[in-house]
Parts: sequence; structure tokens; C-alpha cells
Amino acid sequence: MATSTEAAGMIGATSPGSRRALIAILPLAILLYAVVPFILRGQPYWLNVMTNAAILSFGSLGVWVTFAIGRVNIAQGAFALLGGYTTAILSTVFGLSFWLCLPLSGVVAALVGTLIGWPLLRLRGIYFAMVTLSLTEAMRLLFLNTVTLHDGGGVLNIPRPAGIDTPLDFYLFAATLLLVGYLAVWRLAGSRIGWVFRSMRQNEELAMSIGINVARYRVFAFAFCSAMGGMAGACFASLQQNIYPATYTVTDSINFMLYCFLGGLDFVLGPIVGTFGLIIAFELLRSIQEYQALLYGALMILVMLFLPNGVLSLPSIIRRFWRSGR
Amino acid sequence: MSFLKVEGLTKRFGGLVAVNGVSFDVNQGEILSVIGPNGAGKSTLFKLIGSFMTPSAGRVLLDGAVISGLSPHKVARTGVVRTFQETTVFKEMTALQNVVVAHQLGHSAGPLGAFFASPAARADDRRSQENAEEILGYLGLGHVRDELARNLPHGYLRTLGIAIAMAASPRILLLDEPFAGMNPEETNRAVDMVEGIRRRGITVLLVEHDMRAVMRISDRIVVISFGSKIAEGTPAEIRDNPTVIEAYLGQDDETIGH
Repeated sequence: MATSTEAAGMIGATSPGSRRALIAILPLAILLYAVVPFILRGQPYWLNVMTNAAILSFGSLGVWVTFAIGRVNIAQGAFALLGGYTTAILSTVFGLSFWLCLPLSGVVAALVGTLIGWPLLRLRGIYFAMVTLSLTEAMRLLFLNTVTLHDGGGVLNIPRPAGIDTPLDFYLFAATLLLVGYLAVWRLAGSRIGWVFRSMRQNEELAMSIGINVARYRVFAFAFCSAMGGMAGACFASLQQNIYPATYTVTDSINFMLYCFLGGLDFVLGPIVGTFGLIIAFELLRSIQEYQALLYGALMILVMLFLPNGVLSLPSIIRRFWRSGR
Repeated sequence: MSFLKVEGLTKRFGGLVAVNGVSFDVNQGEILSVIGPNGAGKSTLFKLIGSFMTPSAGRVLLDGAVISGLSPHKVARTGVVRTFQETTVFKEMTALQNVVVAHQLGHSAGPLGAFFASPAARADDRRSQENAEEILGYLGLGHVRDELARNLPHGYLRTLGIAIAMAASPRILLLDEPFAGMNPEETNRAVDMVEGIRRRGITVLLVEHDMRAVMRISDRIVVISFGSKIAEGTPAEIRDNPTVIEAYLGQDDETIGH
């Protein structure tokens, strides 16, 4: 893998921040705001797929932040469910506007993430992964057994966000949310905080020895991740207009993680590329649905074998290959 | 008043007493070494002083304030900074990034400022960068600053570990076996480096097995054996101390197999 684009850069914001931010975000913005709507005009189904992919990408970006501190997080489904239910209940029972529910879902997820994360984040490696995995299942059971608005713990007739009526509206909203999320995580990763995360991923004891409050940064990363998961869940609930305990299962939590792997953990863009790639592939391969799991599995094995640093590491691999060939 | 004070430090693991009531003082500006045969409890003592382990009894004071029992990052913030045995560095960063990232104390911008790249945060980053370059310079790592740490030769990694610790602005630097596994030439250079650190006004407490290097470098030496302090004094005093000779000779007899 050698030097990733991130690792090769200078620490912190030594060059004018706003210009670099523009360079980072402009291609993605053009793609999301101009190219996708143009190609998919008059195809509401595909626009809907893109909306899904944008919302899921937002959740994957959160998971990427926990990867940044060296934790494999399989709990994002739990926080998406939590955010979804927060929005569902606040909007149907209390009549709150979606535009208030969205940030509140993020706050609730972050608070729960802080409470759960504080003890759990002492665990590392496979132990942390396993506990977060069971957290997803626990959250499903919690809502199944406590929400009594509808049979099976579901909430129906969740209102759409005010002012958003067409599939294109919803797509543009999801694209904007994704851009804001991308900018936030990109900034986080490039700031001193991002470098603290990197140092913790590489050696927590050494990070402690130079005065880094490792426990606090860990919880912050996890809460940040959970907030993004909660907001993604809130958007989904509003888009689908319903939510059930089974809306997010362990599979979804695992998928969030796979999206990050596929795109590449060294790149902030990784989770976005991974999510869009897999969601689009899933749609194109709908006709062979029974083999989907098999295909996913084979794809993941291939990626881990030949592109252990994700799809986005391809350019640097090709460059190195090209240079060594001459 | 002494600078760093170790008072009756004890650590038990079940029935085993690894460190048993060890007390000594470290004066400001000196190089003090803790030596002892293998398994004497040096490493445990070292972890206790750096607060990477909580003592079963006793305490550690810096400038009269108790630091034992604080979490490691808080102890580092008081100015007691440790290094690690072997080659503990941030392997996927360049040498320079290793030292820059270690500048986490004394920033003027808070987390929000860092997130939004405020002018204060940018000034912090510039200062860390310059400071890191200076540290790499005087430790002789300037020419490998852009090399990834995992590609650096073994000998450089230990120096890089010290550079990382220096970035945390220590008042007292705890070195864990800084000469272990070095050949005489490397040891000479390492001894010079540690003396250079002391000349910068930093007190040095080191735990070491290599007797020769310790005799050359130390102002005072504390000897521990089976967890207890058996001697304390200048290198000359330690060299002639019958208890120390016995402790080390007993060890040698076993290892040589007489």
C-alpha cells in the first residue's frame, strides 16, 4: 500500500483550508448534482436507488471513522435503527417536523453511542467486532418488544420531509446530506484529530504515553459514527415512510463495514465508492438474486486478496506497475 | 525537595511480589539508572512510575504532587514521559509525522478550532512541524524524516521512539532499556544522545541491563534484586558494593553454568 494520499500529506491544515476543501469536494458535487440527475432523468426507480446509496454512504462514512481508530464496528445497523425509530416516533406521535427529527436522531444516537461506547471500546479486534454485532441484534429485539404502535413493532405513515415531494427532491436532499457528511469526515481526517485517530489505530499505548486521552477520543469517534448512522436511519424512515425492527439487521451492519472495505480504508472517499459500487451492482444483478450472497462473498474474497486496500488503491497500484515496467 | 520521589512502591501479582517497597529520589537534571539482574522487577517498576500500572502500595510524587494512580496520559501531561522497549513507533507514518503527531500538548486551538482549521490551529500545526524538524535534527534523524517508520532500520527506530517522547515536552524522561541489543558502537552513540538530552535540561531516569553503558552515563545508580532495592550510589560506589557484586555474580554463575 505504501503511502496513501492521506498519509503522504502534511499534518493539519498548513495550506489554505477552503481551497483544499473545494478541490476535495468539487468532483463529488458535480457527479452528485449534475451527472447523476442528468443520466437518470425520467427514471425515478434508479433515482431512488441513488438516493438509497447516498443515504447508506452517509452511514458508511461513520463506520469509516471507527475504522480510523482501529475498531471494526458492526453496530451501525443498530444506530440506524435507533435514529429511524427516533424520527418515526417523534414525527408520528409528537408531530415534530422532519427537519427537527433529523438532527435529534443524530443526537440520540450519539448519546447512546457514548454510553455504550465508553465501556465497550476497551475491547479490541475480534472482541469489539463481536460485541457490536450482537448490539445490532439487541437493538432489533428492543424495538420489537417495546414499540406497540403497530403489530410487530413497526411504525407506519411516517410523514415525508416538508418541502420534499418528488423522487428528484429526495435524491437532491440525500446528495446534499452526503456532501456535508463527506466534507465533515474529510476535515476531521485531515485535522489534528484525524492524526490522533491514526496514532491510536497504530499503537494505543504509545498514543497514551504522549499525553493523548485515548479513551475520550475513542468515544468521540464512536459517537460521531453513531450520529451519522442515526441520521441515515432517520432519512430512510422518512423516505420509506415506515420502519420495522427488521429494517436493519446484522446483515446491514456487516454491509456498512463491507462498503468501507471495498472502497478502501485509507481514503475518506472509500466508503462512498464502496457503497455506490455495491448498491449499483446489486441492482444490476437483481435477476440472479438467489446467487447474490455467493457473488458478494466471492467479490469480497477477491477484493481482500488482490486489493487489500480497496478499489481506490488501484490508481497507485497501476502507477507503481507502470513505473516498474519502464 | 526532590524532583521525582518514589516512595515504598510495591506491586504484587497474586502471591508474587514483583516490586517490594522500593524508595528513591531523582534530582532535577541528573541521569539516574535503575539496574538489576533479569527478573529483578525493573520493567514492573518502570511501568509503575509511568503509571501504566497501578501500585499495590506506595506512591510516586513529582514536585511533591502524587502522580501514581493517574491515568497514563495525565502523567505524561505532568511532564513524566516514557519510552518503550524495542521499537514502538507509529509504523505507518513517516518519521516526521511520528514526531509531529506526538505534539499533542500545549495546543492553543481546541478540537473545534482544529476541525475548522482556525488560524490558531494552523499556527499550532506550524509550530509542531518546526519543533518536530528540530527534534529529528538534533537526534540525527533529519535525513530520514520522510521515510515510513516501518521501512527504517532497527537502530533508527529506538531513536525515533525517543524523538516521539521528546515531542511531548518531558521534564523527566523515562527510558526503558535504551541500550538493549546494541553493539558497542551503537551504544556509544546512544550514550551521547542521552547525555545530549540531559544537556537540554531534561532529567533522565533509565532502566537498563547493560552495566557498562550505565556505569559511564549515570550520576547515580539504584540496584534492585528480587523486587527490592539492594544498593544506591554513584557508579564507583556501586562497582565496589559487595551486595551488588554478589547479586550479579550469583546471576552469572547460573547463566554460565558453573
